[in-house]
Parts: sequence; structure tokens; C-alpha cells
Amino acid sequence: MLNNSEKFSHDYLRHDKKFPHVWCPGCGNGIVLGSLIRAIDSLEMAKDDIVLASGIGCSGRLPVYVDFNTLHTTHGRALTFATGIKLANPSLNVIAVMGDGDATAIGGNHFIHAARRNLDLTAIIINNQIYGMTGGQYSPTTPYGSKASTALYGNIEHAFSIAELAVTAGASFVARGTVFHVKLLDKLIAQAIRKKGFSVIEVMSNCHVQYGRRNNMGDPVTMMKWLRDSAKNIKPDGSMDSESEGGSFTIGVLADLEKPDYIEEYARIRQKAKELKQ
Amino acid sequence: MAKNKSPEKVLLQGNEAIVEGALAAGCRFFAGYPITPASEISELMSVRLPQLDGTFIQMEDEIASMGAIIGASLAGVKSMTATSGPGFSLMQENLGFACITETPCVIVNVMRGGPSTGLATNPSQGDVMQARWGTHGDHPIIVLAVSSVRDCFDLTVIAFNLSEKYRVPVIILSDEIVAHTREILNIPAANTIAVVDRIHPNTPPEWFIPYEDNSRGVPPMASMGDGYRHHITGLIHDPKGFPTQNPKEIEAFLKRLFRKITTGFYEIQITKSILMEDAEIAVIAYGSVTRSAHRAVVKAREHNIKAGLIQLVTLFPFPKNAVDIILRQCRAALVPEMNVGQISREVKRVNSHGCHIVKLNRIDGQTITPDEIYAKLKDM
Ligand SMILES: Cc1ncc(C[n+]2csc(CCOP(=O)(O)OP(=O)(O)O)c2C)c(N)n1
Ligand code: SF4
Repeated sequence: MLNNSEKFSHDYLRHDKKFPHVWCPGCGNGIVLGSLIRAIDSLEMAKDDIVLASGIGCSGRLPVYVDFNTLHTTHGRALTFATGIKLANPSLNVIAVMGDGDATAIGGNHFIHAARRNLDLTAIIINNQIYGMTGGQYSPTTPYGSKASTALYGNIEHAFSIAELAVTAGASFVARGTVFHVKLLDKLIAQAIRKKGFSVIEVMSNCHVQYGRRNNMGDPVTMMKWLRDSAKNIKPDGSMDSESEGGSFTIGVLADLEKPDYIEEYARIRQKAKELKQ
Repeated sequence: MAKNKSPEKVLLQGNEAIVEGALAAGCRFFAGYPITPASEISELMSVRLPQLDGTFIQMEDEIASMGAIIGASLAGVKSMTATSGPGFSLMQENLGFACITETPCVIVNVMRGGPSTGLATNPSQGDVMQARWGTHGDHPIIVLAVSSVRDCFDLTVIAFNLSEKYRVPVIILSDEIVAHTREILNIPAANTIAVVDRIHPNTPPEWFIPYEDNSRGVPPMASMGDGYRHHITGLIHDPKGFPTQNPKEIEAFLKRLFRKITTGFYEIQITKSILMEDAEIAVIAYGSVTRSAHRAVVKAREHNIKAGLIQLVTLFPFPKNAVDIILRQCRAALVPEMNVGQISREVKRVNSHGCHIVKLNRIDGQTITPDEIYAKLKDM
């Protein structure tokens, strides 16, 4: 019998795509890819029914390796393409993978409006707190005071909490995980995909090459330990610790709401339009 | 539209005729963001599409609108957006994405005066070169210009057909005058309208090579979800769709994009001639200016000036052959435009026989009148 990783490389990775992948050894992006595949496998979804769309950045290269309908769009715009795809064929499960800069700088406007609109999409945002692909410039999630290639004297801007932004903007489901807490991540991604409406999962990840190196955070293993130690679970009563507390962050499900999604709402519009026409 | 057994006579403005043309061509998805003088297209789409089980969505901006129509087209639904100059500028990056991924879609730009917010409610033809060259990189594109309500309907159908056949985004340039002029339109019966759909692959999915060259240079197009899983990227890709840095593959890919359009020149480059048989002076016009030109040419004939009119329906690929014939036949040509001379440059570029070319331009937000054109013709 095949063990799980062999099964997944046969079933889900593309045979005709030349490996190795483009990521630096030890990058968290590969762990997110693994989690995504396991989540999808656990949901027993047909590969033909899945669309994986990405923007531009290291994270944006993720779709090329997996055997779904995959789409590598323009920087910051993955959700706009995903919106068109889902509306044109609602039977598809559309998942967008974005970097923190991708989703909240250049794509910030699309992100909040997608959450507000509540179309049934899943947004996975890999938050490595930096622009990885372009060489370590500061992003909207780079912590205050951190160093970046455009902030050698220390970043004077303040970071977004992506997950909290998503909650405020009206997403149906919001969760945060890390590439250290992989079992939890598998579960959160599966939950997000299953959820009807706009779902966001923010994944805290390590970019040891562009972020860690400049900020003396050590190798990938050391950065993993930092993720382990900074993550705080949501308390059993559902309450959360303050996000700003000493660089720590909450992981788990932050919001899970029931409200009609855009496609259900639009079905009503179609019915009304036809009635009025008669 | 299936109800239309016989032609239907309606009074429509240009923007509305574009909507009816799009629906007749099979458009079932529209994403847009409001802007004068294009907003009526969004408004009517929001009413008409849900009646036909299509989808209208108002996006947060034009960048998003362009992304959404590409997404819808990739999922198999004919799609369109409409905007004016400032919004068209925002669409440029994703327009390039449609070019490189060979995604059919139609973009209407109801031109207004620019640069920037410019003249929000006045006509202009200032975006001709933006339509041709707006996105980055070398790429072919198809640009059509409408001059009447009739054109708005017919050319929108043609825009969709060309877009589907050649897998290329097609831009329709309109202007404020055409957009808001109301005219009687005979909407043809649905079964008399020729509608072209993209060719879907018929090989087994395992054999499907998404960007494989063929004699037409236009690969069959699979829709997301129909079993032909493949990778689509804005990076230059090999025939299988994966990014490539191989110079041979890069060149072969880009050359194919140009070749498929060159191969189709005979049907893509549309022009219309009026009173040209024995003309000694040609007026070369497009868009609403064509109508002033028509009046001026008729008046010139009344005064024994042998003038004729050629309307450029297709602006790009520039109809070089049709214009060349005119320039050989005539001793002079007049190019009236509501810009400083964007198409007159093209005319000069193809003028290999030394025909005398005269420009007539207005950039004050006003249309060019028949009398102005006639006055120029008298002096030529
Ligand atoms: C319109 C546009 N502007 C800028 C770029 C350059 N660019 C490519 S990736 C990137 C940032 C990537 O950072 P992030 O989204 O955080 O993803 P990561 O690489 O860290 O995964 C930028 C600015 C681009 N491709 N397109
Ligand atoms: S630069 Fe950073 S984010 Fe990009 S692949 Fe390397 S480690 Fe990963």
C-alpha cells in the first residue's frame, strides 16, 4: 500500500511539470501546499471541480504543481478572476492563494470587497510578513520596527491583522493557522473550503531568506519555533487574546457566520427579473 | 432573444444597442464599474442578464471588472465589460493577461476627452492608440469603432465572434455621440444572426495540449471544470501551459499570437465605402465623425467635388490594404478626427504612393461638423 505522501504525489502533483519547485529550501509555502492537498483529499473532492487561482509572488507559484484547474493571474488580482469563474460556473470549488502583499497591498481593495460580497470562495493568504519574490521589501504585514530591504532603518508603518480585517469586512468564515501547526492547518483549510460563503484562512509562514535573515530570526527550524511560541489558541469560550500582545497572534477559527452567499442572493435577482419581465 | 421570430423595430441609444448586440452574440456575463458616458451599458446589463440566466456584477473597480470577465470566460461563459478612458487605463494590465492567455472577451470603451478625468461628458477619439498599445509588451489586438446605433448592434456581435474565433480580446471604441444618440434599430431575428463560438477540444483529456499550434494558430479552448485540467498563466508558456524561459519556445509562442491574427486579416479588417468609385478625394473617418463626413461628401458632390468616404470599421489591425487602394486612386485624402491625429499617422504610415494627406482635428470636446469637413474638401 502506498503511504500518504506517495499517494498524494501520484494523485495530486503534476507528472508533466518539472520539479524541483521554485521555492527556497525550508520555505513555508511547500507546507501550505501539503496542507491544501490533504484538506482536499479529506473532503473527497473531484480534481476537475477544483480551481486553484493565485496572484503573483512566491506564493503565487503554488498552483503550477497541482493537478487541478489552475490559474496564475496578475499581482493582487486573484480574487477578481476567482469571482468571474465562480459566477460563471457555481459548481466549481474556487480557491485563491495569495501572499500578504498580494492580498492586502495591491489586492487590498479586492480582498475587502470579496469579503463584503460573500461569494462562495476560499482565500488562503500566506503571511510571511514580507515581499518574498521581489527581494524582501516591507509589506502591509511587516511588524513595526522590523527590517526590510526598503526599511533598513526599521519599518515605521503599522501592520494589518489580515484575519481581523477579513472579519470586519464581513467574511463568513475566518481562521488563522501557521505552518508549524500543520494538523490544525489541514483542518482549518478543509473547514474553510467546506464553508459556503467567503472564507479566509491566514497562514503565518516563514520566509527565512528575505525576512528572517534580515531580522536575525535564524534558519527555518528556528523560525518554526518562533511560530510555535507566538501562536495562541483561541480560548475554549471563544474569546481571544489581544492581537497586539508582544508579537503573539491567535490561531484557530475567528469567525463562522451563517448568511446567504452571493449566488443564493443572485438566484433571487434572476427570479425577480423574470417575473417583472412577464 | 429566442422569442424574436421576426425583426423587431426599437428606438435605442448606442449604449443600449451594444447591450442587445452582446446578448444576441451569446454574452451571459458582465462585470463593470460605473463611468460616464458608458454607465447605461452596465445599467441595462443589470436588467437584461438575469432575465436570461446570465450574471451581472458591479465590481469594486475596473481592474476587478477586467479580472472577472477573464475568469468568467475561462469558465466557459462569453463575457464583456464597458468603460471609458480612465477605467480603460485601469484595465490595461489584465487586458494583457487576456492577450497572453488567449482568453476571448469584449471590452467597450466609450471614449471621452482626456488625459485623466478630462472631459467627462464630451466626445473624443483620444484612446485610439491606448486601445492598440495600452497593455505592455508586443501583442496583436482587434479594435473596432462604431459610428451609429446600427453599428453598435452589428459590430458587438462581430466583436464577440472574432474574439471567440481567434481567442483574442476585442475592443470596441465608441464615443459619447454614438453612445447617447437614439435611432431606430431593426433588431434582426435571433435565427438570422451568425454567432461564432470558441472551438472546444475533442481529444481525450490525457492527450490535450492546451497551447498546441495548428494550421489556424488558434488552439481549441477548454473550459474550467469540463475535464481538461491544465495550467493557465500570464507568464510566457510552452504548449503545455507551463512557464518557459526557452528562447525558441518564447518566440514560437509570440509569433503564433501574431500569426493567427495575420491569417485572419481578410475577415478582421472591415471598411465601408461610400461614393468611392470615381472619387478623387477620400475622406477617411471612423466613429461618429463618419456621419459628419458622410454629409460633407454628399454636399461636396452637389458642388462637383469628386469626394468619397471610407469608414474604418476596424482600426486595428489597421486595414492597410483597403486604405492603400484608396490612396493610390485619389490625389488627396482627408482624415478628420477628434484627437490630434492618431489615425492620420497610420494613414501616413501606409501611404507609399505620395498621396496628399490632410488632417482635420478637434480637441475641444466638440464634434467635427459636416461644414468643417466640407470647407476643408473645397480647399483640397
Ligand atoms: C503590478 C505589479 N506590481 C509589482 C509586481 C512585482 N511583484 C512581484 S511579487 C511582489 C510581492 C510579493 O510579495 P507577497 O505578495 O507578500 O508574496 P510572497 O512573494 O512573499 O509570497 C511584487 C511587488 C508585479 N508583479 N506586478
Ligand atoms: S523568498 Fe521567502 S517566501 Fe520566497 S521562496 Fe524563498 S523563503 Fe519562500
